[in-house]
Amino acid sequence: MSTDANADYRRAFRVDAADNVATMLEDVERGPVMIYGTDLPQIVDAPAPVALGHKLALARVDPGEPVVKYGVAIGLATAPIMPGEWVHLHNCRSQVDERSNRLDPITGAAKDTPYA
Amino acid sequence: MPDAAWQGFLRADGRKGIRNLILVVYTVECASFVAHAVGSGENDVHVVGFPGCYDNAYAIRLMLALVNHPNVGACLAVGLGCEYTQPAKLAEAAAASGRPAEWFYIQDAGGTRPGIARGKAALASLREKIARQTTQAPMGWEDLTIGAECGGSDGTSGLAGNPVVGRFFDHLVDRDGRAVFEESVEMIGLRDVLVSRAATPQAASELDAAYRKAENYCREVRQYSVSPGNFAGGLTTIEEKSMGAFAKSGTRPIQGVLRVSQSPPHSGLWLLDSVPDPHFMQFGYTNPNDTEGIMDLISTGAQIVLFVTGRGSVIGSPVAPLIKVTGNSRTFERMIDDMDFNAGPILIGEQTLDESAAALTDLVAKVAAGAASKPEALGHREYFLMYKHQETPALAEGCRA
Repeated sequence: MSTDANADYRRAFRVDAADNVATMLEDVERGPVMIYGTDLPQIVDAPAPVALGHKLALARVDPGEPVVKYGVAIGLATAPIMPGEWVHLHNCRSQVDERSNRLDPITGAAKDTPYA
Repeated sequence: MPDAAWQGFLRADGRKGIRNLILVVYTVECASFVAHAVGSGENDVHVVGFPGCYDNAYAIRLMLALVNHPNVGACLAVGLGCEYTQPAKLAEAAAASGRPAEWFYIQDAGGTRPGIARGKAALASLREKIARQTTQAPMGWEDLTIGAECGGSDGTSGLAGNPVVGRFFDHLVDRDGRAVFEESVEMIGLRDVLVSRAATPQAASELDAAYRKAENYCREVRQYSVSPGNFAGGLTTIEEKSMGAFAKSGTRPIQGVLRVSQSPPHSGLWLLDSVPDPHFMQFGYTNPNDTEGIMDLISTGAQIVLFVTGRGSVIGSPVAPLIKVTGNSRTFERMIDDMDFNAGPILIGEQTLDESAAALTDLVAKVAAGAASKPEALGHREYFLMYKHQETPALAEGCRA
């Protein structure tokens, strides 16, 4: 497995073989992402930016289907998610925490507390 | 994990510490200025206190656990003179454990300046006593209780930072040490995973009860243990954060559930339940900030606490050194003066989890032997003692067992 810094792909990490998402190990603007962690490395094309620490879909996930990481459902898709796409608050929701579904997807800032 | 041995401080109650501190504890916010002035400029003195005028059983148990902590050799309790919490009782408890202890009221001392002078004189006397009384003794892993907490988590915390702490905990437990993790509010969605780790049916029942209480609590206060910074760092749901947080428990069986101020009764891995028990007054959030959880961990007698942070944090702790671990190499480099350990190389295949855990073990052994962790060297001594309702554990099971 190459970790050559000059390689023209970015890297992501999949924790469990059952996962349909991987976590970015660096920022990607767009383009190929090499998925490490389980099985043989595979490449997924990111159509748009995904930041370090954020998740990238490895397979299509339809609304209502589980988003799986660590081998467990960490939430349900709320919109169609295509392989390579960013998975976050805009297309995935918690099954227990209703408040988190109303936060800004980029900054995480709460939008439900009045300041005036 | 290699056998480790270093010289520690043997207390009269048989506990062994890795630091030889004098703890100044104040009993109401009104006494905090004088208490901090007394501790100012004294390297071996740490200051903690409780801000409320009305006393609280949980907070008092926490303070008792701190004055009798293994790393504490002597205690000075400082009160104003009107509050419910009694500094004399704290000093008595410390003295009963064989620790030199003094206390006074600032009103009796004559105010700010005489109070500070009284405190400084007490420190000199206490320091002379512990220098005379405390003996050194060899220590190893079996004498250590180590806590683990995470905060400022990001997408790397669950992949590298927490797993390396989990692997270290496995080794510590295998060496007959005591490992304590908390944050049951960060196990939401993981009831079955948690209960399946129980060492005994009794432990399974304790873990199930702790889980249910945490989930109910979050639902009632409509706040789960996940913050804007977590979301910005890539964590999407509390379930995702929970799986990452739980990784710091490692893989060994969980012996049972401790409550705040209880020490683990025997070696192995323990869950600390810091969630408030049901009460007619809502006492706010479970861990309103990281420091609150760290103080709860220290109350179990932890001589060291490992703190995993992906986004970076600049807190430290009194009484027990905090060791900062990150799984985010970018954070490690950006906040190099604050971060003790980088588990990031695991993620790019430069290090295996075992190699990283071995390096972390070496670092913990150095800190146990007296080397300052980075927050400790920077002088970070944050503390947070709050009102909380938790049923009182039997005294025999508590901090003085």
